[in-house]
Amino acid sequence: MEKATRFTLRVKITVVIFLVLFFLPIYTGLTDNGFYLDLVNRLMILAIAAASLNLILGHGGMISFGHAAYLGIGAYCVGIPAYYGVDNGPLQIFLAVAASGIFALITGAICLRTKGVYFIMITMAFTQMVFFGFVSVEEYGGDDGLVIDTRSNFGSFINIQDNINLYYFILISLIICLFLIHKITKSRFGLVIEGSRSNEQRMRSIGFDTYRYRLICYVIAGCICGYAGALLGNFTNFISPEMMDWAASGELIFMVILGGTGSLLGPVFGAAAFVILEEWLSSLTLYWHFIFGALLIMVVLFARGGISGIVTYLGNRKQ
Amino acid sequence: MTPILKISSLCKQFGGITATNNIDLNINEGEIHAVIGPNGAGKTTLISQLSGDLKADKGAILFQGDLITNMPSNKRSLLGIARTFQITSLMLDMSTLDNVALAVQAHSGHSYRFWQDARQDNQLIEPALYVLKQVGLLGPKDIITRELSHGEHRQLEIAMALATQPKLLLLDEPMAGMGGEETQKLIAILKRLKTGKTMILIEHDMNAVFSLADRITVMVYGEIIATGSPKEIRANQKVKAAYLGDEELQTC
Amino acid sequence: MDWVLFVTQILNGLQLGVLLFLLASGLTLIFGIMDFVNLAHGSLYMIGAYFCGTFTDITDSFFYGIILAIPATAVVGVIVEIIIIRRLYSQDHLDHVLATFGLILCFDALVHFAWGPEGMAIPLPAILDGQIEILPDIVFPTFRLLIITTGLTLAIILYLVITRTRSGMLIRAGASNRTMIGALGIDIKTLFTLVFGAGAAMAGLAGMMISPITEASIGMGNDIIIVAFVVIIIGGIGSVKGAFIAAILVRFIDTMGRSFLDTFLKLLLSAESAETAAPALSAMLIYILMATILIFRPQGLFPPRGR
Repeated sequence: MEKATRFTLRVKITVVIFLVLFFLPIYTGLTDNGFYLDLVNRLMILAIAAASLNLILGHGGMISFGHAAYLGIGAYCVGIPAYYGVDNGPLQIFLAVAASGIFALITGAICLRTKGVYFIMITMAFTQMVFFGFVSVEEYGGDDGLVIDTRSNFGSFINIQDNINLYYFILISLIICLFLIHKITKSRFGLVIEGSRSNEQRMRSIGFDTYRYRLICYVIAGCICGYAGALLGNFTNFISPEMMDWAASGELIFMVILGGTGSLLGPVFGAAAFVILEEWLSSLTLYWHFIFGALLIMVVLFARGGISGIVTYLGNRKQ
Repeated sequence: MTPILKISSLCKQFGGITATNNIDLNINEGEIHAVIGPNGAGKTTLISQLSGDLKADKGAILFQGDLITNMPSNKRSLLGIARTFQITSLMLDMSTLDNVALAVQAHSGHSYRFWQDARQDNQLIEPALYVLKQVGLLGPKDIITRELSHGEHRQLEIAMALATQPKLLLLDEPMAGMGGEETQKLIAILKRLKTGKTMILIEHDMNAVFSLADRITVMVYGEIIATGSPKEIRANQKVKAAYLGDEELQTC
Repeated sequence: MDWVLFVTQILNGLQLGVLLFLLASGLTLIFGIMDFVNLAHGSLYMIGAYFCGTFTDITDSFFYGIILAIPATAVVGVIVEIIIIRRLYSQDHLDHVLATFGLILCFDALVHFAWGPEGMAIPLPAILDGQIEILPDIVFPTFRLLIITTGLTLAIILYLVITRTRSGMLIRAGASNRTMIGALGIDIKTLFTLVFGAGAAMAGLAGMMISPITEASIGMGNDIIIVAFVVIIIGGIGSVKGAFIAAILVRFIDTMGRSFLDTFLKLLLSAESAETAAPALSAMLIYILMATILIFRPQGLFPPRGR
């Protein structure tokens, strides 16, 4: 019974959220207010990135402090071809996903041989490597970044030069990515990932080569985040190494924790809370980072379980 | 009878301490072979070397004629060696059924499936439920493992090992910390399982050892001092002197 | 090859290396003893630099500036340990990372508030602001030589403290086997606080010594902290000796890469592609070094024993 109530509350919230997201452009169109559309675009892209991080962090217990690398790699895979006049959308998306996957495969193969603190620091270091790599390539703007003149071209399928179309493209991407992640976590593969987080030694002793499963999971998460990066490049029309600064990786973890690691929609709540807080606090004071940091410490000390945990709590209480 | 497992000159040292020293032992197919000895005799180390959780410093292990000395634990499991842990080692934040289903899945050979819902997958659920029924854990199948009692944890340990359909079952003190009634239940379960399985059983409960074992090996300070039938072990002077302290033997 | 440049760059690498060691040694001890991931260690490096700037302003002397700033930074470290860090030891690494990431944001904002967004230049006294001819034809800035000497001296003192004194023994025992400290019946709380404060002071000192060269700025600790992580990973968590060797190695390779990699690549590639590839490759060199070492030694060069 308890489970059923929580389920319905969750489903209700999900439906309401996606209905709002679906009709938002009509509202902003009527009120001629592009600001909210931009805000929500950013929110949705970050939600995809956070959801992909949650796949390894929440489900797999792999604390990656370098996930923003894939946002950057994905964005540069749109920007660099565009710089050479190649605006073929499917090709750019393919590049973004493939490059992220390869980077995840190589770095993951090394990171996953280590544990605990080592893993955190090495993921961080590899991301910093990519960061400095792009900073020092003058051809693509160095640390000034690179302006993307033209968005990805999907031919007659959809024209994302139009902001409303881009919005729906991102929204559909979010829904597909969430569904994909949902399916993976519930599958046999997902069960192995969860088991490996819970007790790796026992998983090996019942016959799983946990290293391989975790590596594949790491690569999948990288690919999805690379896709989010390609969307980000299209949305901002600009890329800079700063997108994969290690603070950006920290922010992604914050979103996942803020939203709660245990659920599908957690990262979406987390990204939403993050983007809204950021907008609100930065309008209040120049020193908003302080409030942000203090909040982060508070969450760690007092409120693990995040927003999603609060929803669960409310669902249970209602019952 | 043919030995299913041949151990020769197996050694393991931790720093300056010798945990197992030149162990030579053959385990026959279909027997329950108990390994007894005082604490620190190296029994758990031996099990861990057989399961692959610990690397051997020296020596060789042959399982069904294959050399497995340097094989990682997951591969040994796929060959048919399963173990339980003395200190319960489970996926504590997953349900009882999930724990067993994972063990089934490990040996079904299809874990690169990303789409179908594993918890609706009858190829996993049915064998898992069957094993849970065997050890009498059907009741709490949907409970998160962390919340089970100690006795249930011990039963689940065995269920997970069984779910991998092992040929050789390594039981590291399965009765540890159990009450008398629970122990009797577990002895009955193990007796029922005896057909078709070889077991190595480490146990301090002499009642359990003498009612289950076909043969017994006694270890002291990392070395084997005697191997034989329960009757032979009972009569063995060396064993009496070194370990059993006569009164325990006489009560069985 | 230009030998003057080569020797100068070796000395530069050494100077940056000892500074990096000051940061990394505290970090590795905190990791080793408390199993605590402190991302905010770089913030103490920054705080040290700003304190030094302010005290130098007030006292009109760089020396007094440093002498006052070291205990001040240590006090900040101790306060942070008592108020926040202490509550986190029992929690998992994810919590450490998140909370200390939060601390970084707080520190950066506080420095922004107190000192403004601009960097802070710290003037050197005339006596240090010159150059010395250390070998025929090779001149090197006096202040950088002082950094090398100070850094090496501190490394030796640290080594002696850790290998020769009772508290050092405890620290060493703790860094390789944490349960040991409890077993020895030591007041763990105080030991942790002291080690944290000492780590803060060393990180702060590194910040103080670099700031006359680069000036103190917000976020100056955030870049170097990752390099310090690379050092600890290469050296082996908990090993001060490993941290020293790795810090020198990392800065040495970094400096050499930046100065000579393009020359070297021109032997293999066309001049044009060498000029494009060299900066990117040299920026990534230390991370490639880290990856290579990890492939062969997943626990670093001097792995802690007994864990």
